[in-house]
Amino acid sequence: MQNHFDVIVIGAGAAGLTAGIYLSRAKVNTLILNEGAIGGQMVLTHEIANYPGVESISGYELARIMKSQAQKFGCTIKSNLKITNMNLQGDIKEITVNNKDIYTSNAVIIATGGKSRTIGATGEDLFKGKGISYCATCDGDFFQDKEIIVVGGGNSALEEAVSLTKYASKVTIVHQFDHFQAFEYYVDEAKKNPKINFIMESKIIEFLGEDKLTRVKIQHQQTGDITELDIDGVFIFIGYVPNTEKLEGIVELNDWKEIVVDKNLATNIPGVFAAGDSIAKRYRQVTTAVSDGTIAALNAAEYIINSPYAKKYSID
Amino acid sequence: MLRTNLTHVLSEQEHSKLLQENDNVMICCGRMGPMCIPVYESMEELEGEYKNVKFADMEFDIPDSRVIRNLPECRSFQGLPFVVYYKNGNVVKATSSIQSKEQITEILDEHFGKN
Ligand SMILES: Cc1cc2nc3c(=O)[nH]c(=O)nc-3n(C[C@H](O)[C@H](O)[C@H](O)COP(=O)(O)OP(=O)(O)OC[C@H]3O[C@@H](n4cnc5c(N)ncnc54)[C@H](O)[C@@H]3O)c2cc1C
Repeated sequence: MQNHFDVIVIGAGAAGLTAGIYLSRAKVNTLILNEGAIGGQMVLTHEIANYPGVESISGYELARIMKSQAQKFGCTIKSNLKITNMNLQGDIKEITVNNKDIYTSNAVIIATGGKSRTIGATGEDLFKGKGISYCATCDGDFFQDKEIIVVGGGNSALEEAVSLTKYASKVTIVHQFDHFQAFEYYVDEAKKNPKINFIMESKIIEFLGEDKLTRVKIQHQQTGDITELDIDGVFIFIGYVPNTEKLEGIVELNDWKEIVVDKNLATNIPGVFAAGDSIAKRYRQVTTAVSDGTIAALNAAEYIINSPYAKKYSID
Repeated sequence: MLRTNLTHVLSEQEHSKLLQENDNVMICCGRMGPMCIPVYESMEELEGEYKNVKFADMEFDIPDSRVIRNLPECRSFQGLPFVVYYKNGNVVKATSSIQSKEQITEILDEHFGKN
């Protein structure tokens, strides 16, 4: 069967590509199906300085190397597609792509990662790229001597707020709680920066403007009071959500919509493993995604060796 | 020069030559950054499918990119990349910031069709 593989990996981020490298090197016929750009969140990272063995590398470059490593070992990678149906029960797993192409396999590794959380306020979609940004290093210089807001209270928000003071004349951090989740160091750096001020216990509820963003409506979480603020730009860093919407009702997810796995990274469905940022875990880094990808790949390989399919076709 | 497999537009002259020689043109003006790379990747994949469209990139930080930066259609843009679609030399659509392959395909189908 041309469209049959030993293992299908869903997602080509650090976890999925690592699984592809390990499986293909072990001569397990592997297909990676990816919805977005290859590399996932690595591509969103300008510089990775904490990946052991490499002092500093752009996320794009690291992703490019991982992809080429996987392909050199014979892994097939298909990207920029849409998975439209998944049937993961039974010995043969079936995945439909773009409503027409069906791929089957004996095991599946889900490595769908995560994406930036959006505020969900009115106008957010409309002003993306016209005042609203999710990337300080990409768009910071459009806000030279302008007044901006940074939304969020974690490490990324506070770190980026400080870095954006290189460009902006004033940075206002809007955070929904009365305290920050960020490490103390990032909070101190932000607090001692004269260009930064804070609006706590508040949320943006609406983005306003004509052809670009000029104003926001902010609501205080305790009093309910709504104020309007003239602003040139808003940078949003409010964390990540797992890409698991399509898995609801298919594999077990926890209350945070993360995939529930055991220590072998097996899900509740036999032959279905999961790895990387989409699983329930505490630390989400390239190193941990790579580690998960390795564990899931080795367990998936072992699973197919012991499966009825392996008995018929004998995989070495 | 941007590290992509697309046609690179390196000057204002090359930009006007490209528009003269091709009816349907899509130019992504950006950097090798997180919001731009996925757009180049989609364009590289779509190049084989849309033979009637010329796909090109241009570095945002060269002075000649003013041919894109200063377009009235890009006046309100504050997010990379700036992507401009031209039909017979005229701008028919422009987008700011990252776009998915699906969003790009929709624009290509609407303005250029596929042949
Ligand atoms: C701005 C930023 C900076 C960071 N900096 C660092 C750093 O310096 N060091 C560090 O170690 N970590 C860093 N991280 C975290 C690190 O990038 C991630 O933890 C890691 O890359 C996660 O890898 P992953 O493979 O699990 O998921 P992802 O990278 O999210 O990849 C998942 C892939 O699956 C695809 N996908 C999603 N849904 C589907 C679907 N239904 N079907 C098919 N494909 C799908 C996605 O398009 C994506 O390509 C950073 C993250 C961000 C966003």
